[in-house]
Amino acid sequence: MTPSSPNWAIDVHGLNKSFGDKHVVNDVTIQVEAGRICGFLGPNGSGKTTTLRMLCGLLTPDSGSGQALGFDIIREAEAVKLRTGYMTQKFSLYEDLTIAENLQFTARVYGLDRRRERVDKALERLGLASRRGQLAGTLSGGWKQRLALATATLHEPKLLLLDEPTAGVDPKARRTFWDEIHALAAEGLTVLVSTHYMDEAERCHEIAYISYGRLIARGTAAQVIAASGLITFHGEGPGADKLGHALSKAPGVETAAAFGAAIHVSGSDRAALEAAILPYRREPYRWSEVPPTLEDVFIQLMGRSQDNIP
Amino acid sequence: MIGLSLNRVLAVLIKEFKQLTRDRVTYAMMLAIPVVQLTLFGYAINSDPRHLPTAVLAQEDSRYARSLVSALKNSDYFDFVAQARSPAELDEMIRRGEVQFAVTIPGDFSRRVARGDQAQLLVEADATDPSATSGAVAALAALPDQALAHDLTGALAMRGQAVKPFEVIVHRRYNPEAITAYNIVPGLLGIILSLTLVMMTALSVTRETERGTMETLLATPLEPLEVMAGKLAPYVMVGLVQTAIILAMAATLFHVPMSGGWLGLSAGIGLFITGSLALGFLISTVARSQLQAMQMSFFYILPSILLSGFMFPFRGMPAWAQWIGEAIPVTHFLRVVRGSLLKGQGIGDQWRELAALGAFVCVVTALAMARYRRTLD
Ligand SMILES: Nc1ncnc2c1ncn2[C@@H]1O[C@H](COP(=O)(O)OP(=O)(O)OP(=O)(O)O)[C@@H](O)[C@H]1O
Ligand SMILES: [Mg+2]
Repeated sequence: MTPSSPNWAIDVHGLNKSFGDKHVVNDVTIQVEAGRICGFLGPNGSGKTTTLRMLCGLLTPDSGSGQALGFDIIREAEAVKLRTGYMTQKFSLYEDLTIAENLQFTARVYGLDRRRERVDKALERLGLASRRGQLAGTLSGGWKQRLALATATLHEPKLLLLDEPTAGVDPKARRTFWDEIHALAAEGLTVLVSTHYMDEAERCHEIAYISYGRLIARGTAAQVIAASGLITFHGEGPGADKLGHALSKAPGVETAAAFGAAIHVSGSDRAALEAAILPYRREPYRWSEVPPTLEDVFIQLMGRSQDNIP
Repeated sequence: MIGLSLNRVLAVLIKEFKQLTRDRVTYAMMLAIPVVQLTLFGYAINSDPRHLPTAVLAQEDSRYARSLVSALKNSDYFDFVAQARSPAELDEMIRRGEVQFAVTIPGDFSRRVARGDQAQLLVEADATDPSATSGAVAALAALPDQALAHDLTGALAMRGQAVKPFEVIVHRRYNPEAITAYNIVPGLLGIILSLTLVMMTALSVTRETERGTMETLLATPLEPLEVMAGKLAPYVMVGLVQTAIILAMAATLFHVPMSGGWLGLSAGIGLFITGSLALGFLISTVARSQLQAMQMSFFYILPSILLSGFMFPFRGMPAWAQWIGEAIPVTHFLRVVRGSLLKGQGIGDQWRELAALGAFVCVVTALAMARYRRTLD
């Protein structure tokens, strides 16, 4: 390692995984620097969960190699497991054990010292100290996810793999959750978190976008937006939101989507795009060019990669 | 309140049927259980066993003795497999369970027959399982009239018709009053332990898979053997408590003799509980759902009841069924339990059964470890 090369917490190359004849993860390369939060995005079924599982040794890649925390993810899977916290997409704590019992179980499995103290501290941090005797299965969605996070971090891992940790969680609980993730990253943890929420993607240091098993965009949000070469026009005025149908058929328009009463029309060919909206450059509509949002970019990426399917 | 609708019933019915056919294993089991089990048990079970292994101690070598042995053979109930040289050796053979019957032809048999002086033939039966010997014992009644018919001539023959030339003394050993409970109650220990232990552990891993908790479990540094040991240990306690209850009830309510053999019995109980739990764990690594796990356990329990010698005499089964029976741990466990409680066998008499149980534990544990998946692949 040269002194200037970054300190990768995750550094995997060319991961492949097939189920039957379905190539679910295709040549995926992911690098995340230590202490950073990387958002893992992609449509349903694009292979996010499968990739995360390969990183923590739950699935064996068909090919590809790499390291997590300096350990080979295939040959030293046990060492990786010991230092990684993994939060599954589906709630997978024991619903018939209490909150405290779930934490105690995890503490024992990882052979932690000062168990009582750690569990108490985790409960304190969660704000669940008074409800420690409640069955985990009876918690609401948001609390379940926070408990799962507390469990996944109990053994003080260096790497956190979170699989859609905030799906079905209300905005306030989501914010609390992300505050916790940032607090953990500030302590030096590396986080790879999959999500479908754009606001969450924007809270990450960097993002990786996967579609149909291929990694098609990487970098900070600004880099991904810039790399997309996307141009977006914002149209306002009464009934502007209803233009989507007509506009999306026009040549040069890659996506046209209503944003409340306004509309976002995007494409990568400026001339064609301007030609497409020309018929509507009249009263009562007002048009302005805006920087594309991550969502515009992702919808465009999704559309493109679909066309790429052999 | 809305009325009942046939269409809605049909909707549920069709859904259920589709779900049923989608679970291949369950579907196959439902067809296989009646076919396999019926063929198995229909041909295997025989409540009037013949060709029972018999040892003879002939204290005289005479024409009469040879005639007696061949008459016993001709009855179809007795197969002479061993010749004892002393009463002690004969006794050991029946205690170890190598033979079902021990026949003693006394040294003065011919002389007494010739003199018409109350000649006796001694037949000892291992009556731990009364049903295994009852047919054979009944057949002995006809022996004095027929056995020596060709050998007795002249005056002896004449007398033979009036007075029987000898009498058969039958000793039902280990269970002289032929009390069925003496046989069934110790046997139940094996069956009850199998039922609860195999079923309970068969669900243990499948439940984790079904509830999704397996994914978290696999992401931890737990080793397969650690998971197995941790999951099985509580049930070892369950098994020991059950054993204590059953033995206490056997002694107090059913007055089953407790003849000793505690060392062998303890070893047998330990091995059997471990083996049953390991088998349950193996099932749970194969089954994909709790339903499948239940069915597989059931598939194991039936032969344990029917082919182990619990319900029907082991020696009454055809050779192929005995082979299957030998592969079932309950068979060996029953021999240890009955041997200890009823016969007071020592560990020297039981080492073969204990070794079989030990081998079962090792094989099943190895298979379970090989089957246990460390990943979700
Ligand atoms: N064990 C499996 N056997 C067969 N196919 C599988 C298996 N696991 C996943 N797949 C398939 O692989 C593809 C990718 O699945 P994966 O769960 O990785 O997607 P994802 O990106 O996490 O999707 P989502 O956003 O819906 O969670 C899907 O098409 C899925 O059906
Ligand atoms: Mg997923």
